[in-house]
Formats: sequence, structure tokens, C-alpha cells
Amino acid sequence: MLESFQLIISLLDSTIRIATPLIFCAMAGIFSERSGIIDIGLEGKMLLSAFVAATATFLTGSPILGLFAAIFASCSASLIHGFACITNKGDQVISGLAINILASGLTITLGIALFSRGGQTPPLTSEQRFMPIEFSFLDQMSIVPFLGDLFVEVIAGHNILVYLSVLAVFFTYYVIFKTRFGLRLRAVGEKPEAVDTAGISVIKMRYQSILIAGMLCGLAGAYLSIAHGAGFGREMSAGKGYIALAAMIFGKWNPIPSLFACLLFGFLEALGVRLEGVELMWIGEVPVQVMQALPYVLTVVLLAGFIGKARAPGAIGVPYSKEG
Amino acid sequence: MKTIENKEGNETPDPLPSSNRPAIELKNITKRFGHVVANSHVNLKVRKGTIHGIVGENGAGKSTLMNILFGLYKPDTGMIFLNGQAVDVNSPEKSIALGIGMVHQHFMLVPTFTVLENAMLGNEGSMLLKSGEELVLDRLKVLSENYGLDVDFEAIISDTPVGMQQRVEILKALNRGAKILILDEPTGVLTPQETIRLFDILTSLREQGVTIVLITHKLKEIMSITDTVSVMRGGKVVANFSTEKTSPEELAENMVGRKVLLSINKPTLKVGNPVLKVKNVCHESKDGVNVLKDISFDLKEGEILGIAGVAGNGQSELLDILSGIETLQRGQITFNDKTILPYQDWNSKKARDFGVAHVPEDRHKRGLVLPFYNYENSILGYHRNKEYYSGFLMDKRKIFNFVDDLVENFDVRPRSSSISSGKLSGGNQQKLVLAREIECNPKILLVGQPTRGVDIGAIERIYEDLMKLKSKGTAILLVSVELDEIMSLSDRIIVMNQGSIVGETNSSDATELDLGKMMSGLEKV
Repeated sequence: MLESFQLIISLLDSTIRIATPLIFCAMAGIFSERSGIIDIGLEGKMLLSAFVAATATFLTGSPILGLFAAIFASCSASLIHGFACITNKGDQVISGLAINILASGLTITLGIALFSRGGQTPPLTSEQRFMPIEFSFLDQMSIVPFLGDLFVEVIAGHNILVYLSVLAVFFTYYVIFKTRFGLRLRAVGEKPEAVDTAGISVIKMRYQSILIAGMLCGLAGAYLSIAHGAGFGREMSAGKGYIALAAMIFGKWNPIPSLFACLLFGFLEALGVRLEGVELMWIGEVPVQVMQALPYVLTVVLLAGFIGKARAPGAIGVPYSKEG
Repeated sequence: MKTIENKEGNETPDPLPSSNRPAIELKNITKRFGHVVANSHVNLKVRKGTIHGIVGENGAGKSTLMNILFGLYKPDTGMIFLNGQAVDVNSPEKSIALGIGMVHQHFMLVPTFTVLENAMLGNEGSMLLKSGEELVLDRLKVLSENYGLDVDFEAIISDTPVGMQQRVEILKALNRGAKILILDEPTGVLTPQETIRLFDILTSLREQGVTIVLITHKLKEIMSITDTVSVMRGGKVVANFSTEKTSPEELAENMVGRKVLLSINKPTLKVGNPVLKVKNVCHESKDGVNVLKDISFDLKEGEILGIAGVAGNGQSELLDILSGIETLQRGQITFNDKTILPYQDWNSKKARDFGVAHVPEDRHKRGLVLPFYNYENSILGYHRNKEYYSGFLMDKRKIFNFVDDLVENFDVRPRSSSISSGKLSGGNQQKLVLAREIECNPKILLVGQPTRGVDIGAIERIYEDLMKLKSKGTAILLVSVELDEIMSLSDRIIVMNQGSIVGETNSSDATELDLGKMMSGLEKV
């Protein structure tokens, strides 16, 4: 009993760690796609900013500077995306894919050129990372059975970016649904003509949205390399951007449901790691690869059948042009 | 490219007192799209507090001109004056600030938003929605009451009828403080009753000093509500009239550039045996809505049966089933002696084999493949016909021979088989579709919205072709939202509302008001 409780606790703990970058990216996706811009480049932006965060932190010694550098890098990638598909009305999927490919190649090339470590950045010391925050008053909580453990092990003891990701969800919800900016952002993704004829610049709205998306992706990247990890490794985003995109669609472009989708995908991955090498009843030992594939398989199944009609923003993927 | 000249160049004092200055004055406006000249040296004056009509055929440049005034398009040359002041309207933002509001032909509303959210977009009152909504709602309620613009502020736009959507558009403009209101083809989607209501609203706006510009191709409306009217043709203003001193005939002549026959010569012809019998047809849409409820009617040889109704009351689904696009779910349909039963194999090829031709409501979606050339579009659906083949390959020469004659006989302009159909005007595209469907000598012709987006000149021709076909004995089922068209072409009229037939009448007995009542579901006959 106690053992299985401990197991669940540690599973939930790693769920949160794994879900954090997904949450940032899903919120980034919501900002971008609600404004009508498909953001398949989440993956690339995250990878690029992970690299920049680690590099800047290593060079300056300050994770704060590293974080800002990551946001700057991610926003730059957003601007490239915007220039291609807002200003020049290019195809948003192609442009996003280009960013992913660019990030994948650029990080390795620059990594080798700068550090000669096969694409990795040198390991960071704990002063150079966002370390778990210790809440001293919480230690007394552990006296309370179960609930105390749950609190101390699962909720407490994460780095600042984990908490920030939860804040990002509420921030996204508030901005999108409760502010004038959000009303216009949703309108521009549903029917840009309505926004244009209301005297609001469609182009400006969309650039603002993708810049916010860029910032959130930057946080996701920084989390990977200077908070959760201690340095950048090649291809370290490992498809998380795509999973986040799937979680966002699963959550129907709404922040709160998307948060839960991210947690679900995080849980599955944590479970997969946990079950590696474990003998299961009737089945026997499940190959690692099957477990690793689990979240992706579930994504496909969920997207194919279970989420019902996911209604994308009306004007998503369509460049806006006035004169035919 | 020259842009609008600056204010500074124009400081000559206006001798007129400000009240006599025109609210809107356009001088020498020219606008090109690529090689097409949409507006050429247009001059226009509209007095304050009047309703000014602009009539013209499709492509005459009416909408372009108004989009320039609204700041959506930049003119290549020319100047705009509001109340005697030269202004530089380079964006909707600017024009709205100057007190111009525009209700577009295709409503600029966000379908997933509420009425209130749509009406406040762009003037939300506050950075935060909650406080803004309260503020704007108070303001809108006053406007709504003053001008009879009643709307349900909570409703989601996509659930509201078009009449209400239009009132939301007007409210939206007034919320921005519009003193000049441009309406682009506002009555195209309205029932006669809703049109009357709209005109009441416009009249009360005029009384409050609002200047209104009304773009339309319906001459009757121009005659009934405007004070002055300008006629546009080929991108130019060709005539200006005071409405009381002109007539529909004179306006039509100016629009087309020659005398136009507004009435139709209906061949009197004895109708024959029923060739199409529709019995108790019901249909459920994919969303589970009953879009057709127990539809039964007969269509006879040489008869034109008109189906009137506001768009979206089941007419489209009926056409889809009859033409083989949709599966029949309940009821039965008999073409001559062949009967179709529910869930039988029924498709558009079979329909053609039965002698049913179909001119679809949406010619862009279903009538034509726009990037295809005329010769390809002209045989679409009949491409299995052996006449077009040599062996098992299509024979381009044979096709060209056929299509060259077709565009000649049906006056499709430009008369070319190898131009892409997307480059034709709406009227000529429609003529091409009609030509294709008539040329196969159908026994039954299904026609949906034959003149939607079609010029008067082309309309005249299309009506002529339909009458010729009728006199050959073809049975024609005509679906149209244009009441005038239904009334003047049909022998018999049935009216549909919410998927049911709510009335039937001979066209000689029909009046527009009665039909309108039936269309809105107010009265059963």
C-alpha cells in the first residue's frame, strides 16, 4: 500500500517536471493559433532557445541572462515566421517546418563551433541553473500523512519555471478571454476582415500574438537546458513541441483543458520511463521503445477519435490580404 | 503611382456655408488592380442628411469606390473631401475616426462571438472586457432603442438570422460614432419584410442627420428610398439623378449603356405530363437537423416551378438530393417512369442519365473548376460522352469544335475556349454553366440562383435562354432568393420555410407581400 502510494507520488512528481515545457509551448501555441497563425515551429523555437539559454548562461554565468537570451532567440524565430507568413503571406506550415529544421541544424553547428563537444554545451554548475526552490516551512507539512507527502513531494521542490508555467496558463486564460487585446486576438483568428474593418491592424495584432508565443517558447527552452537539465544536448527538445501542439488541439485551443492535456501526456511519459524493464502481468517485459512510443500513439488515437470536433480558429492558416 | 495629395495643397476657402457643403465629395478618383481599371476619374457629391444611391452592374466599380472612401483601398489618384475638408483616408481606422461607417455586403462579423462582442469590436470602452461591456452595452441599448435596431446582445452571431446580423453591423458603425453610413447591397439577403424594416431604420437615421450611401443593383429600392442617385458603368459615374426625376427604365439604360427589356416574354404554352414527382421527401443534415420535412410536389413538361424562400430554408438540400449529390433518406422521387427510393444508389451521373441537368447555386464551388479552361469546364460532367473521344483518348479538336460553338451561341465573353474560367466575370461564368447544362437537352433542368452576382445585361440573356428551353418542353425547377425573379419567370410558385412547403400559388395570383409573409413563416396558405 505504502509502496504503491510512493510510486504514485513519484510518478506525479515526474509528470509535472515533464509537463512543464509542454505547458509553456501549448500556451504559446494558443496565442499564435488563436490569432490565426499555425505554429508548428514550437519545436524549433524551443530547441533554439534551449541552446541559447545554455550558451548564454555558460558564457555569462547568470541563468537570468540566459533566460532573457532564450526569450530573445525564440522571439527572433517568431519574427522570421511572421515575416514569412504574415508580411509575405507565405505558407505557415512550411515556414514553421523551416524553423524546426533551421533550429535543429543551427544548434548543432554552433554548438560544435563554440564548444567542440559534439553539439553539447559544457555542463552547468548548480549556481548557473534555476534550482528547486526550498520552502523551509513546508518540512513540517510532511508530518501530515499522505497529504503532507503529496504536498512536499509533488507540489513543492520544483524550480521557479515550473511554477511559472502554471502561472502562464492563468495568464493565457486571462489575456485571451478577459481583455480587449484577447477579444481582438480571437477575432483576428476567426475573421480578420472584421478586425480590419473595425479599424484595427490585422498585421500588428498577429505580430503581437506570435511575439508572446515566442516568449513562452523561450521559457520552455530555458527550462530544458538551464533548469531541468544542466546544459544543452543535441535535439534535446525531442518532439516535445509537437506533443505540445497535440495537447493544444486536444484542449481545443483553450488554456485550461490544454493544461490537463499536457499533464496527461506528461504522465504517460513518466509512466513509460517507470515501466522500463518491469515485468507486467501476462505481457512480460515490455520493450522500452513501446513505452516511449506510448504518448505518441495515444496522441494519434485521441486526435483521431476521442476529442470530438476540435474546431480550429476560423481563419487559421490563411494569410490576410485585402485586395483579393 | 500617385497617392492622395496633401491637405496643404487645398486651402482655398470654400465660399459656401458649412451646412451646404456636401458631406462627401470624391474628386477624380482612379483605382487600378493590375491592368484592370476599377475606378476611372470618378467624381461624386453627397449632400448631408440624405440617402444617396449608387447603382451599377457587377464590376462597375461601386464597391471599390466605397472601399476607397472607407480606407480599405488606396486610390491611385484623386481626393476625398468630408464636409468641405480634404482628408487622407488611408485606413479604416482613419475613416472610422472621421465618422464613416460601412456595412459590407458580406458581413464583417465574427461568427463565434456574441452580438455584443461584435458590436463593440474596435471600440471596447476599456482594456478589460467586463467593465468595457457594461459601458458599451448601455450606449448600444440607447442606440438600439432610438433607431429600432433591436438585437439580442447575448446571442452568438452564427445563431442569429441575417436580418439581425445586419442590425448588428449598423449598431457597430453607430457605436463608433458614424455620421456617414455606407451600405453595400444591404437587401440581398433580406426578406421583403426585413427590407421594409431596414428602410425604416435608414429613414430614421436620415432624420437624425446621418448621411447614407446605398449601393444596390435593385432599382426598385433605389426608387423607393433614395433622395439622389448616381449610376456607375465601367468604373465611371455616367449619370446623376434626383430620384424623383428619374425612372427604373432610365436607370437601367444608363447602367447597361443600351435599352434593356426589364419585363420577360413568357411563352404561353400548355403544360404537359408530370416529369418529376417528389413525394414525402425528408432529409436530416449531418448535424441531425431536419432540413427537409415532408416535401411533395410535381413538375410538368414545359413548366417553370419556382421555389421561393429565404436562403437556408432547405432549398439547397432539395436541389442536392434531386441532382444526385446527396443520398435520398426518406420519401421517393420519380423521374418520368424511373423511381428513386431511399438509400438507393443515386448520384449525379445517374441523374444526368435520367435527363436531369443542374445549374448549381454556388457556381464557384460546384458549377466550375475555376482554374480550368473554358473548354474543360464546358464538358465537365459530360466528359464521358463519346463525341469527345478518339479511341480512349480525349480529342481536343472535337471538344474545341463543340465549345467554340457553345460560347458563340450563348454569348460567353470573351469568346474563347482556352481562357481559364476564373478570369470570366460572374455573369459569363453563369452563362457558361447554363450553356453546358442546356446543351445536353435535358428533360428536367434544376436551376439554383441563376442570377446571383450577374449583371443586368447577362440576366436578360439568361432569362431568354431559360424561356427558350421552356418552350422546347423542358421542365424547369427554379430556386432563387430573388422574389422578382421567381415571380416573373415561374408559372407556379411554392414557398419554403424551415424545411417545409408553407405555400403554393400561381404566379399570376402572387403578390410580393404575400410571398414575403409565407417566406418568413408568418402565414400558411
